Amino acid sequence: MGRYILRRLLNYAILLFVAVSLTYFLAASQLNPRVLWELANPPLPAETIEASLRAKNLSDNVPLLERYWTWLTGIVTGWEWGEQPRQAGDVSEEIGRRIGVSIRLITIGILGGITLGVVLGAWTATRQYKISDRVTTFGALAIFSVPVFVLISIIQVLATTWNDVTGIRVFEYIGETGSVGSYPGAWLVDRLQHLLLPTLVLVLSQAAFFSRIQRNLMLDALGSDFVRTARAKGLRQGKAVMKHALRTSLIPTGTYFAFSVATLFLGSTFVEVLFNFHGMGEFAITTIQGQDVHGAVAVAAFGGVCVLVGATLADLMVAALDPRVRVS
Amino acid sequence: MSVVNPEVLEPAVPGAGGGGGAPVQRRITRRRLVLRRFLRNKTAVVGAVLILALGFLAAFGPLLSAWDYDQVDRYAFLQPPDSRHPFGTTQSGQDVFALTMRGLQKSLLIGLLVAVFSTGIAAIIGSFAAYFGGWFERVALWIIDLLLVVPSFLIIAIISSANRGGSNQSFFDRAVLLLPQWILLVVLLTVFGWMLAARVVRSLTLSVKEREYVQAARFMGIPAPVVILRHILPNISSLLIIDATLNVAGAILAETSLSFFGFGIKAPDTSLGALLGTGARQATTFPWLFVPAAVIVVLLVLSVNAVGDGLRDALDPNSGSGGRA
Repeated sequence: MGRYILRRLLNYAILLFVAVSLTYFLAASQLNPRVLWELANPPLPAETIEASLRAKNLSDNVPLLERYWTWLTGIVTGWEWGEQPRQAGDVSEEIGRRIGVSIRLITIGILGGITLGVVLGAWTATRQYKISDRVTTFGALAIFSVPVFVLISIIQVLATTWNDVTGIRVFEYIGETGSVGSYPGAWLVDRLQHLLLPTLVLVLSQAAFFSRIQRNLMLDALGSDFVRTARAKGLRQGKAVMKHALRTSLIPTGTYFAFSVATLFLGSTFVEVLFNFHGMGEFAITTIQGQDVHGAVAVAAFGGVCVLVGATLADLMVAALDPRVRVS
Repeated sequence: MSVVNPEVLEPAVPGAGGGGGAPVQRRITRRRLVLRRFLRNKTAVVGAVLILALGFLAAFGPLLSAWDYDQVDRYAFLQPPDSRHPFGTTQSGQDVFALTMRGLQKSLLIGLLVAVFSTGIAAIIGSFAAYFGGWFERVALWIIDLLLVVPSFLIIAIISSANRGGSNQSFFDRAVLLLPQWILLVVLLTVFGWMLAARVVRSLTLSVKEREYVQAARFMGIPAPVVILRHILPNISSLLIIDATLNVAGAILAETSLSFFGFGIKAPDTSLGALLGTGARQATTFPWLFVPAAVIVVLLVLSVNAVGDGLRDALDPNSGSGGRA
């Protein structure tokens, strides 16, 4: 058991190392931070540009392998992931700040969305082909098919209209906080107001995804022999559904759940960009648009860790939920 | 999803005049069975019709318009819809209808090509890995894991946003510049799109390859690639068809996401994603820039997903959601 886990973790470490190194080579050869200095007005002398690039280990006149080595030793010796081109300070500080924003943004959204999705999926499966099933299934399919940013645009337009028509600013859609009132607890209300719409988007998209999965799994479980046996031995329909069908069909959902939680850090990019939350998803875009080699690689490393944590969590979850699975 | 008999026996309705005889058995082919199950799903049928209509629109829509997508009307900048431009014009005076048609063409093309290629790669790598086993399988699985660990969106964005015009071009830069931009996007989306399906294909192949007919073919000395192409892949074709269909939708959505941030198709060419990217930021003030492309994307992806669901129900013999037989 211990050996198995150790071997697996070692494999993950190697995977991550190779993936991050490849991303570094790619980012360092494709992105071009020099442009940022060359665009400066009044123009900077070429030597100054070269000197500041070299100071940050970003100059494309230094051989790629040499830059890679400097960068790698920085991480191994001092956990320094490199500096951003136009900003002082290490990328890892920036990421530490942004992870907090992302966590505040997605926690309620993902938990609410998954719960809603699982409940809806399981419920509609028991009511297959009834009108409630058809409406919910089609609604989920529709939300699933709309690009997230279109969904956000629609919600923002609706919210603006509501604010204008009623004259009260119920919905806020820019940033994490705004003008705080002077009554007690105002800061909390303010934050919740700003969280409302992004959370709604996350809940809708997650619920659409999970209700589709859960409905299929639940239909398979409901048609299976052990549920029929449970009914045949005299168990009530409700109990057979809850204890036999639902419990079994929740096991594969656990896998998706773990992956969703882990990958949503980078997956909520659109929500963060369009609602002005300065989290990890937004950072991924800013780094590339800002020719930020070190930032992009650090984001990739973070994303890789998320996927591997998700995979491990998924396995643990299945092992915990499913008595048939025991790590051999 | 297991292997199905190619033909299913079904009791036919007893003939009016044939009272007393044994019930007549009518053979229906698998193809007709699948078609019947598919036609029963009204959402999927509507989706299929819509896809055909959109394909028709993409092919012949540009002929309906008096304007080319790259033509600039110097008398109409950012005009709302009128008789001259039925869908209005953009900031630079291009006709929105012509742009939308061009975008639809590009998005359809990207979606179809990515789906075909990534499902093809998934089928070949997944089945060969399972069939041969050993180090080949281990290497394939490791590469799959590696590609899953790298955030694909980031990598595609880095490659397609790189500035290749400079003086010191590498060989890679020149090769990329030779390709039209949408082909680069197809290649990138394919490279990062086949891994999950390959894993499923591998696990299905593992069970199919133990079947008698595969063993028989093997022991008759038929070369491995032929066994895989003739005997294994046709038997997991239902998975491949469903995967390809859903990949079309996935590729179209991925293209819109990349183009939204300017990492996909760039001007002067256009795609639905590029149109939405500029349109979404002005959706409240200039809705005509946003609405046509948004409606078409949603219709297209919704139809493809509906057809995918319908195919899953029709092709999967274990699925109860397709109704009886």
